[in-house]
Amino acid sequence: MLIFEQSSKGRRAHAQSPAAMASLDDLPADMLRKAPPLMPEVSEMQAVRHYTRLSQKNFSIDTHFYPLGSCTMKYNPRACNSLSMLPGLVDRHPYAPDSHSQGFLSCMHDLQEILKEVTGMKAVSLSPMAGAQGEFAGVAMIKAYHDARNDTARNEIIVPDAAHGTNPASAVMCGYKIKEIPTKGDGDIDVDALKQVLGPQTAGIMLTNPSTVGVFERRIQEIAALVHEAGGLLYYDGANLNAILGKVRPGDMGFDVIHMNLHKTFSTPHGGGGPGAGPVGVSERLEPFLPIPMVDYDGTQYRFVTADDRPQSIGRLSAFAGNAGILLRAYIYARLLGREGMTRVAEYSTLNANYMLKKMKAAGFEAAYPERRATHEFIITLRKEARDLGVNAMDFAKRLLDYGVHAPTTYFPLLVPECFLIEPTETESIDSLDNFIEAMIQIREEARNEADRVKGAPYTLPVRRLDDVKAARELDIAWKPTE
Amino acid sequence: MPFIPHTEEEVRHMLDTIGANSIDDLFDEIPADLRSFSLEGIPEGLPEMEVAHLMHERARKDSNVHCFIGAGAYDHHIPAAVWEIATRGEFYSAYTPYQAEASQGTLQLLYEYQSMMSALMGMDVSNASLYDGASALGEAILMAIRAHRKSKSKKILVPKSLHPAYRQAANAIVKNQDIELIEIPFENATGKTSLDALSEYAGADITALVIGQPNFFGVLEDVDALTRWAEENNAMTIAVVNPLAMSILKPPGQWGETGVDIACGEGQPLGIPLSSGGPYFGFMCATQKIVRQMPGRIIGRTVDLDGKPGFSLTLQAREQHIRRSKATSNICTNQGLMVTAATIHMSMMGAEGLARAAAGSHDKHRKLVSGLSAIKGVEVKFDSPVFNETVISLPVENATVLEALAADNVLAGFDLKKDYPELGNALLVCSTEKQGDASIDLFVEKLGTLLAS
Amino acid sequence: MSYIPSDLLFTSSHEWVRDEGDDTVTIGITDHAQELLGDLVFIELPEVGDTIETGGEAGVVESVKAASDIFSPLSGEVIEINEDLVDSPELVNEQAYDNGWIYKIKLAEPSEMENLLKPEAYSEVVEADEH
Repeated sequence: MLIFEQSSKGRRAHAQSPAAMASLDDLPADMLRKAPPLMPEVSEMQAVRHYTRLSQKNFSIDTHFYPLGSCTMKYNPRACNSLSMLPGLVDRHPYAPDSHSQGFLSCMHDLQEILKEVTGMKAVSLSPMAGAQGEFAGVAMIKAYHDARNDTARNEIIVPDAAHGTNPASAVMCGYKIKEIPTKGDGDIDVDALKQVLGPQTAGIMLTNPSTVGVFERRIQEIAALVHEAGGLLYYDGANLNAILGKVRPGDMGFDVIHMNLHKTFSTPHGGGGPGAGPVGVSERLEPFLPIPMVDYDGTQYRFVTADDRPQSIGRLSAFAGNAGILLRAYIYARLLGREGMTRVAEYSTLNANYMLKKMKAAGFEAAYPERRATHEFIITLRKEARDLGVNAMDFAKRLLDYGVHAPTTYFPLLVPECFLIEPTETESIDSLDNFIEAMIQIREEARNEADRVKGAPYTLPVRRLDDVKAARELDIAWKPTE
Repeated sequence: MPFIPHTEEEVRHMLDTIGANSIDDLFDEIPADLRSFSLEGIPEGLPEMEVAHLMHERARKDSNVHCFIGAGAYDHHIPAAVWEIATRGEFYSAYTPYQAEASQGTLQLLYEYQSMMSALMGMDVSNASLYDGASALGEAILMAIRAHRKSKSKKILVPKSLHPAYRQAANAIVKNQDIELIEIPFENATGKTSLDALSEYAGADITALVIGQPNFFGVLEDVDALTRWAEENNAMTIAVVNPLAMSILKPPGQWGETGVDIACGEGQPLGIPLSSGGPYFGFMCATQKIVRQMPGRIIGRTVDLDGKPGFSLTLQAREQHIRRSKATSNICTNQGLMVTAATIHMSMMGAEGLARAAAGSHDKHRKLVSGLSAIKGVEVKFDSPVFNETVISLPVENATVLEALAADNVLAGFDLKKDYPELGNALLVCSTEKQGDASIDLFVEKLGTLLAS
Repeated sequence: MSYIPSDLLFTSSHEWVRDEGDDTVTIGITDHAQELLGDLVFIELPEVGDTIETGGEAGVVESVKAASDIFSPLSGEVIEINEDLVDSPELVNEQAYDNGWIYKIKLAEPSEMENLLKPEAYSEVVEADEH
């Protein structure tokens, strides 16, 4: 039942608003609302009960194993939440003067320094509000760099065919054309194909490493050299940073600009779809173009760096300083982990993924790249099962929900048919991993004996499979009262 | 090892299963020269107790201020229950609802949010949020250009009375796509967008007109006149509004003859704490006609295999993960957690509660302005109705006032000099319903003393 | 194997063309295309009066899992659009070559018809696609 359907005219949470309606007679009558908006009219307890019960319909990291590849569903430490909401921090106005913001500014500055160090980049701006915005900033900086050198013939960005959709979308938003190159059967990109498309029109290349197919791009140094030689720059999509945190640094691999997904690698909350935070890091030559604001430290005082300090900046991407509260959570996480903790993130996420890969192969599942090490994630293809048993990846995914596990990422990357991209993360214990594999084995057994059972899943959730076609054809996206 | 559950025994067992000698072996595909470096610049990890100590110290440094700054972020009352529920693990640590059956809580909440937002704006439809108000404006501009099939100019009229940071952010987003943002001045006496200046563009090919309500100065624009101008000149209209103000002011769906095409803005006043400017959320509403051009996630109601009602992400074919380079935008994430809080907040407040909060805020601000303008030398700058904020002009340098009052922990307002030097020494001052009378009295007293000296 | 009528002409991007005589043609998407897309939920039609170039975007067909551009096989002026598709996009799935037609144009360059694929040639495109 919707909250609207529980309304009763005149009901409200009396404790939550002023005792009386203040006069608005200083405002012209024709500027005022004639009728109130159609909002719920419920008591405080009704609202609490309704939303509490809704929450109980969700899968979440706190309640379920959630091995979503490329999403890094690791434990969200509670201290990160409570400490970022302390009075002084939670109620700080974005325009409070630097003199009264040393607490907040020092946290931001420290975070900039930590992210620089762990990624091997020269400078960091924390302001992009999500990975996609970080990508946009990164590509915009590449463009600003070439424009500043009057190298305006460069109108192409190279992207592997396995890239995340935000990559080409971000490049197009910056006015670039896309050149796709193929990924080979062993998981690395086709370097020969790359050589064919490089030229004076190349502005840059966007890569993820480990790549979206879950393996390490082994020839990355060669690729970096080739692209630089052609006059292009390298962009690093940090979606899979969890695999190499503290073990390998994008700066060392030759990348000129990177974005990080703090809502993945630095465990800020996924919140049902956001907010994220997508700080960007750059090499020296892109430093002048970083988006503002950033934080500077002169030895005694912290202060915000503004457009005046950075005349060549690509500008600001948000009204204020990005998702500040999220940045605080990431900072607290970084202090809890420390330098050794960060290295262990890569080590144990990789251990967990390789363990799962080995066991799934042993159980007869087909790995997409069987000769390769798993990084922090790996791909299983269920094309055999789809062909022989008529049960596809979507069906497995839905049946897993009945086994109390959130399905892995399905159908991404698009390259691998009927795929599961599985990322356990470092915070899962061996029991979770074993349970998952056991569930997959059982579902496959069910698929052999009673395929329809799997194809009709899930059965134990608040709803069965939903009619997406109806949702798109008969668009119902806002409640309207029935007369 | 914080947050890592493995015991030594388990590690050995796992390595045996894999057939590796050590965890380092698992990184053998990575060139050795990439694996050597030091992380000396990163401090060692601390137990939670020490991190708590550190954060308490830093938070204390920024505490105990009397803040009279608005300028796009407002400190309104938030019921305690809102964040208690929003930070429940089932909401806090849930992912994007791609597996709809496992996310009905989030999906239904977002559907309710979309319904409430469209009602508040008086519009047909809403998306499930964007990053913030400023980027929502950028996205609205891109949407208007896609949706306006007749206009080819990609010229957008943007009032100078709109938040400077919004104009800058919109510019950063659109500048590489051959889109021209044309600035429309405001009238010096009233602070309103100049209809005279607008008339210069009558008959020209203008893709869209942006209208703020209230504008950056707190001034209430003649929204009907502005919207009608756009209607007469075949330009689309983009409203940028304070959502709390819309509980008492005429909403954008009712402006002009037929209402605006797109309404967007910053959702922070609806249950989101100030938190240094983020995370907030941008909202976007539109007419039914152009719903398919709307960026961001959208939740639809449908039925399941048994005919039971349920919710799922819909119209995904427009989004980046399918359409890729032809997407309506590159946006992937929305601001799920913030929207969760805002929806709970709106339900708890209801229309009446929101209206009382808005009126109460406006009332406190009136008290503030009345006290300040009674001080000799302090004037109200614009002769116009305002909501929640007012521009006051000072007889001395802004910096003098701001520094002197900050020494007493009074943050006296937003310094307009940088963005609007033509206004002279002027501050944008704000007070919400949450401000104590004692704080207001303190501000008035300190300023009075300073200017008398 | 999808259905390929023998009286039509085709493109490698899966559009079909029917010659209506008098330099006008009807255009739609093929059975193979609708199969790939899945259940269609929305068709973005061109507008009557629009001038379209060969290879230009004439509209969009949208399913739950994909949104594909319709690339006009020929250039000319749009003289009619299939309004039924507004409420019933599924006509394209069910009757790709009949009631699922999308738009009609008056040809600007009738000789362009020679660049289109005959049914046999198109069937080779489909076969290659299905592997």
